[in-house]
Amino acid sequence: MTDNAVEVRNVSKTFRVYHDRNQSIKATVLKGGRAKYEEFWALRDVSLEVPKGLTFGLLGLNGSGKSTLLKCIAGILQPNEGSITTRGRMAAMLEVGSGFHPELSGRENVYLNGAILGMSDREIDRKLDSIIDFAGVERFIDHPVKNYSSGMYVRLGFSVAIHTQPELMLVDEVLAVGDKDFQAKCLSKFDELKEEGKTVVVVSHSMGTMRTFCDRAAWLQEGELQSVGTAAEVVDQYAGSGEPVIELPGGGKRRGSGEAIFTRIQVLGADGLPRDEFAPDEPVRLRLDFEAKERINRPVFSASVVNAHQLNMFRINGIDRKWIPDVLEPGFGSLEIEVSSLPFASGDYHVNAELREQGSPVPADDLREACPIKLRRGDQWTARSLVYVPSAFDGLKMGLSAPRS
Amino acid sequence: MTAGLERERSGSRTITVNLLKNLTLREVRSEYKRTALGRLWSLINPLAQIAIYGVVFGVIFGAEPEPGINSGIHLFALWLGVGIVTWGFINGGIREAMQSFLSYQGLLKKVSLPRWTLPASKVLAKGITYLTEILVVAIICGVLGGWEILLRIWMLVPLLALTAMFIYGIGLVLAIGIVYFRDLEHFWGILTQIFFYASGIMIPRTTVEAAQASLDAGGHTLLGAPIPLLALFEANPVYQFLTAYRRVVYDFAFPEWQIMLSLALWSIGALVVGLFVYSRYQAKIVEEL
Ligand SMILES: Nc1ncnc2c1ncn2[C@@H]1O[C@H](COP(=O)(O)OP(=O)(O)OP(=O)(O)O)[C@@H](O)[C@H]1O
Ligand SMILES: [Mg+2]
Repeated sequence: MTDNAVEVRNVSKTFRVYHDRNQSIKATVLKGGRAKYEEFWALRDVSLEVPKGLTFGLLGLNGSGKSTLLKCIAGILQPNEGSITTRGRMAAMLEVGSGFHPELSGRENVYLNGAILGMSDREIDRKLDSIIDFAGVERFIDHPVKNYSSGMYVRLGFSVAIHTQPELMLVDEVLAVGDKDFQAKCLSKFDELKEEGKTVVVVSHSMGTMRTFCDRAAWLQEGELQSVGTAAEVVDQYAGSGEPVIELPGGGKRRGSGEAIFTRIQVLGADGLPRDEFAPDEPVRLRLDFEAKERINRPVFSASVVNAHQLNMFRINGIDRKWIPDVLEPGFGSLEIEVSSLPFASGDYHVNAELREQGSPVPADDLREACPIKLRRGDQWTARSLVYVPSAFDGLKMGLSAPRS
Repeated sequence: MTAGLERERSGSRTITVNLLKNLTLREVRSEYKRTALGRLWSLINPLAQIAIYGVVFGVIFGAEPEPGINSGIHLFALWLGVGIVTWGFINGGIREAMQSFLSYQGLLKKVSLPRWTLPASKVLAKGITYLTEILVVAIICGVLGGWEILLRIWMLVPLLALTAMFIYGIGLVLAIGIVYFRDLEHFWGILTQIFFYASGIMIPRTTVEAAQASLDAGGHTLLGAPIPLLALFEANPVYQFLTAYRRVVYDFAFPEWQIMLSLALWSIGALVVGLFVYSRYQAKIVEEL
């Protein structure tokens, strides 16, 4: 048994885009065939996995295929190629309140919508009070929904959907509708679901929500998967995606506004001299040399050590440490970070650094893979592990007459 | 593992049945919602139609059906009434089913559900309306013709089932078709007008017989053969449905077995074709909507 709630394998989806869309028999007969069309690739060879119990975000510009991917997962659209597996009861909230009938009362619509989402009448009987309560439309529940304000409409729809108690929930920009109270209510409901181990896949254009609310995220661009990873990483990449990535001649990649750049990253040993090979138990200092080209208010520095799979082994960040200088004046500068040791398995690592004005979506500079280092095996090294934990076998006893109590 | 799967499958079956029930209720409830007379309209409408056609054709044109076989009723308006409500069911059911995917497109684009339930709920809702209408006509016939109507009235059940299958099968094909060709609706409208007259709603068989006789006497031919007007008229499945319902409700008799056999074949055929087209195209309709 794998513990993925969704597995998307090599999924491609094309739409037919008609040049002169005719949907009539008359035009078809006159032109001797259906209109000419082009294949439009809305998704191209997308593969990703959503582990059970996590909140997974989908990012991308308008028209990048996020909704299309959700619809494929929900089974509304059929991919041309590839396969999608989902596990557990699913609720797709691609638009809440779809299927509401304007002439029917709120109550009647709850039953109808519940049935559409796969609830039985008895189940709805049981949950009716809770549904109405969550939506906050008690006074209007017997009025026809055509008299509802659009916010009330959405609240009721959302309330029904969330009460199906899905294992897997697909949410497409639903968070963007509704007032702030309602949004807060939704977010706390999602948190509740998360605590219960439910999986949520969410599309949102709000970077803040994505960063705090999601565990992992994927970034789609023109139907192609750009990256998958922890939400913070992917959001950063996406937010800075307007800035081109520059490959540096000496190795490494730089991305950012250029208001400041890191000129050099070094790792120093205890003797204060730069080296590129260390033992896993020796203290080191990271030195970041930079040049500020413009004045930067409240600069947030961060540095990380990543392994060969781009996994953050260690990261230090100005916001988390509440270490944010008031201002960085133009000119050259240097920052040192004291690290007690780099207790990781032996192998190749990179030291990366990033600098941005607090709250800015685009980093001033994000320098990666410019400072390679190597970690040696320590005395207490063991294969097939990520971190170096000093430990030792001890105290083998044999020939005991009875199990130790 | 298999037990769990089995449970899941039967669970999804009850969910689907529940969905169908709720969709049907939605149709039934919303049809006459916000009208002062409410469901009474489903009786007033056909009664008004019967009255109008009864006056126009029965009184002014003097059309005359044969008297009811066992019932002895001899009232054009009632004979017409059976035809009108049945035609209303067949025509209305097919039309509603045809438009079901289009009218539910908002839902289809946003929610995954067994799509066949949408046209099915339309047909079921029309069927419920029809049932009340035909029962009203049957009650009037019973009052006029005697209690013997009760002896054969159960035949309505298999007849209704066949009619629903027939409507659903055709409706499914059209519902898929109209997604690709939106003007199918207009073509169907023209076809409907032809069938309105070709199905003998207000034209008794004797009238067609007379027309055939005068055609034969006049020596009219089509491509060198005599024009088989009566045979064509009787081969029409809608005419056969109307005849079968009239046998039960107006004549207090069983429909001829040939008619029942023919209707069974038509209905099963329509359903098979409908389901085939549905299963072939249903996955692709969403992106064409
Ligand atoms: N039924 C369709 N027929 C043709 N093209 C379609 C269809 N549905 C979507 N597309 C196209 O596929 C592309 C991806 O659309 P999609 O709705 O997935 O974008 P999105 O990432 O959700 O965008 P947004 O952020 O605006 O919601 C768009 O270019 C859109 O025009
Ligand atoms: Mg979208």
